[in-house]
Amino acid sequence: MKKLWLPLGFIVLIGLLAAGLRLNPRQVPSPLIGKPAPHFELPLLHAPDKRFTQKEMLGKVWVLNVWASWCPPCLVEHPVVTELAKSVPVIGLNYKDARDDALPWLRRNGDPYQLSVQDPVGRIGIDYGVYGVPETYVIDQRGVIRYKHIGPLTPEVARDKLQPLVRELNGAR
Amino acid sequence: MALARALLLWLACGLAVAQGSEMDQRVSALANELRCLVCQNQTLADSNAPLAVDLRNQIREQLAAGKSEQEVTDFMVARYGDFVLYRPPLKATTVALWVGPFVFLAFGIWLLARRLARRRPPEPELSGAERARAAKLLE
Repeated sequence: MKKLWLPLGFIVLIGLLAAGLRLNPRQVPSPLIGKPAPHFELPLLHAPDKRFTQKEMLGKVWVLNVWASWCPPCLVEHPVVTELAKSVPVIGLNYKDARDDALPWLRRNGDPYQLSVQDPVGRIGIDYGVYGVPETYVIDQRGVIRYKHIGPLTPEVARDKLQPLVRELNGAR
Repeated sequence: MALARALLLWLACGLAVAQGSEMDQRVSALANELRCLVCQNQTLADSNAPLAVDLRNQIREQLAAGKSEQEVTDFMVARYGDFVLYRPPLKATTVALWVGPFVFLAFGIWLLARRLARRRPPEPELSGAERARAAKLLE
C-alpha cells in the first residue's frame, strides 16, 4: 500500500503537467461570449463617407473578422475566410490599418467581405477585446457574441467549430 | 507688469507639470497592475507592444475624464477578462489558484512531520549490567 503512493503521485503529477502543456496560454477565454456585441458605427473601407453599425446585422447570424494588411497571419487565414464567406455573411473590421494599404491588399488577395469597416486607431478593437489580429467572432440573430477565435482561422476550426455553430444558430431560428 | 506676467506663466507651468506627473503616477500605478495580452508576462507598463500603448492611452484618457481606478479596471476586465489582472479576484474559478499553494504547504508539513516522527531513534535501554559497566568506565 505504502509503495503504491509514490508512483501514483508521480502519475498524477505527470498528468497535470501534460494537461498544462496542452493548454494554449494565448487562448484567453473572452468574457464577451454570451454578451451583446459592443456597439460601433464606423466608416466603410470602400466608401468612407458611409457608415455602418453592427445593429444593421440584427436578425442575421454573421461573422466579424478582424484583419489588417500589416498582419501576415491574416493573409494565411484569408482562403479560409473566403471559403467561410460563401455560407455566412462576413463583415471585416479593418484594424489599425491605412486605407491606402488595405484597399490594395483586398485587390491583391480578393475581397470575401460583405463589407469592411475602418477602425484606424483600434478603439473598437479594444471594445471587442482584440489583442492578436486576426480574430473572428460569431454573432447571432440577437446580436450576441457566441464564439470567438483568436489567431488565424484554420480549415479545421472553420469546419469543426464555426460552420456547425452557424448552422445550429440558423436552424434554431 | 511683464515680471508679474512671467511669474504667473511660471506658476502655471509648474502647476501643469505637477498635475501631469500626478496623472503619470496614477497611470503607471494602474498599468503595473494590468497584464499586457500580447506579451503575456509583461505588465501594460513594461510592454511596448502597440496594444499596450493603446491601453495605456485608454487608462490615461479615462482617468483624465474623472473615472476612478476601479472603473478603469472594470473596463479592462469587461473586455479582456480576469486574465488582465495581475492579482486575480477570489472567485469559484480561481479558488485553486489562491488556496492551492497553502494546500501543498500543509501537505508538505504533514509529510515532514510524519517522517520526523517516524525517524526518532528509540530511547536506548540499558540493562543493569550495562549501566554498571558504563559507570565503571566513567570513573
